[in-house]
Amino acid sequence: MSTLTDQLAVPEARRRSPGPWRTAAADLSRNRSAVAAALVLLVVVTVALLAPLYADHIAHTNPFQSHVSGTTVVDGRTVPVLTPSSTGLGLGVTPIGPTWDFGHYFLGADNQGRDVMARLLYGGRTSLFIGVTAALLCCVVGTAVGVVAGYAGGVVDSVISRVLDVIWAFPVYLLAICLSVVLLTDGLSLGPVTVEAGSLWLPVVIIAAIYVPYVARPMRGQVLVLRNKEFIQASIGSGAPALRVMRREVLPNVLPTAIVFLPLMTALAMLTESALSFLSVGVQPPDASWGTIIEDGLGLLYTRPTVTIAPGLLIALTTAALNVLGDGVRDALDPSARLRGGV
Amino acid sequence: MTTDPRPRTDDPGVLLRATDVTKHYALRGDSLTRRRKVLRAVDGVSLEVRGGETLGIVGESGCGKSTLGRCLVRLTDITGGRVEFDGQDITTLSARRLRPVRPGMQLVFQDPQASLNPRRRAGDIVAEPLLIHRYGDSAAVRRRVAELFDVVGLSAAHLDRYPHEFSGGQRQRIGIARALATSPKLIVADEPVSALDVSIQAQVLNLFADLQDEFGLTYVFIAHDLGVVRHVSDRIAVMYLGEIVELADTETLYGAPAHPYTEALMSAVPEIDDGTGDPQAPRRERIVLTGDVPDPVARPAGCAFHTRCPYARELCAVERPRLAVTPSGRAVACHYPLVAAG
Repeated sequence: MSTLTDQLAVPEARRRSPGPWRTAAADLSRNRSAVAAALVLLVVVTVALLAPLYADHIAHTNPFQSHVSGTTVVDGRTVPVLTPSSTGLGLGVTPIGPTWDFGHYFLGADNQGRDVMARLLYGGRTSLFIGVTAALLCCVVGTAVGVVAGYAGGVVDSVISRVLDVIWAFPVYLLAICLSVVLLTDGLSLGPVTVEAGSLWLPVVIIAAIYVPYVARPMRGQVLVLRNKEFIQASIGSGAPALRVMRREVLPNVLPTAIVFLPLMTALAMLTESALSFLSVGVQPPDASWGTIIEDGLGLLYTRPTVTIAPGLLIALTTAALNVLGDGVRDALDPSARLRGGV
Repeated sequence: MTTDPRPRTDDPGVLLRATDVTKHYALRGDSLTRRRKVLRAVDGVSLEVRGGETLGIVGESGCGKSTLGRCLVRLTDITGGRVEFDGQDITTLSARRLRPVRPGMQLVFQDPQASLNPRRRAGDIVAEPLLIHRYGDSAAVRRRVAELFDVVGLSAAHLDRYPHEFSGGQRQRIGIARALATSPKLIVADEPVSALDVSIQAQVLNLFADLQDEFGLTYVFIAHDLGVVRHVSDRIAVMYLGEIVELADTETLYGAPAHPYTEALMSAVPEIDDGTGDPQAPRRERIVLTGDVPDPVARPAGCAFHTRCPYARELCAVERPRLAVTPSGRAVACHYPLVAAG
């Protein structure tokens, strides 16, 4: 019974504009390299999560199991997992190389006879866990610190900024190594937060802490610009308490930046974790991470290079994918960065 | 004739009273001498705004009129002087103590783009003051927001849209709706139409006028466009370098400016011969001011305007004229006003 104009009017009245987040998600899903990177990451994460399944039901081992005097069957012949080294001075051992058979020692064994493939998958869990949680922690703390410093200004800003400067002044790895060496023996106890010495949370906290200035500083800068915007003035003029202004007006406008940081910080945190673990001050035995596997493979570099190459390739692949995804996220959330040609 | 510029009458009709308000900004000092420079954005301004009237504030950009507007509603701390709103001294109230006063005085901003959070929907923006002051449950807030949208000429279809989906005029309407949300008595409008197209300006100005009639609002209307200010104001204050140089009823001021600066500002407004004017009236002479506005960090001695004033005499460079109130209610800060006192 309705006229044509009535029919046209109804959808107009109901139209709910897509929010900036939905627009960004749509943008991101049209970005082919970002989607490809996301798929790569999805595969890496899934495989790492399936590590126990592989170890228990396919390789029939566990990543911590040494097989110093064990044997396995290759091409119908029984061979030892470790053979005494025949090169040089005859010191050390040569572990079995890759069998390219998923059932056992797909990528060979390390110098303790442990299945490298199983360790790689378990190590991936550790590396990804540390990378993602450290990045999350770092972005949350960095954003909060940056927003408070930028919004409060004055003494609060000065104190926070100087503390950040102190952290910033140290070379990243030097600071991380120092903190690790100190905390590795006794763990960390900060008020209600206690981190055990051997816990995976220790590298998480250390890595997050050293990168906080890298997030907090640009955040503070953004908030300084936002603070003079008239909509912030309007909110203050409406009588909003400072916390409410920060939460309702400032945060939604800096959140895209925090989200852009997330994949990039994850990549950075994973690289740092690998480096620390390689230097024995990151993930502690018996836990494996890609960094510790590289360290294990160091002595076998000339005889069994796969032990080092495999985790190295995974680190490279994962961090590269994270960076490509991060660029895509930035383009989607901040279209002006793309117009400027990006960084 | 009294020479005290400070309003002494305890007129109960006065909604907002500023007494000797100053706002100074400390600039980074010389790295060698460590001497701090002070920018006097507002330098001893006294004025009264009576309930229901519109006080226009005009001046060139940089004369401190926006800063004064922010001082009047305590959006910025005041260096010196006193601001009373609705019988209450709000000069030094803390943010917490100021909160119950805030609903009574609201600001409308110049840039409708920057005054709306780009990441919030129009309806949420207007609802925010209501939520801050606990207006009621969500249904009541929704009803009130819809009502406000209606009042400013927006439809319910606009509630869920983001600021970037609106035109400049519509955005300014959202800003006005937000200012109206808490049913204020006073609205300080800081150049509310200068960022809008001329055709839209008239619509928004009419909206301001309608709202004043409907809700009995009091306006402090800041602008640099004399035509706009004349249209909306009952009284006008002319500012130069952080000071009020002339304050008078609109018709008195436009009829015969008493301060040379006012005269110069007026002469810059193009004249339109619409046939209704007195054909015998002499054509206004255009006065072109030479030089720039002096640096407010280094205010000239004596009368701040003497460096550009075509009538300046010796005394002007030496002694600072005070804002003198004449019995007719007109106030001029000039040693040699163009109109005889009285």
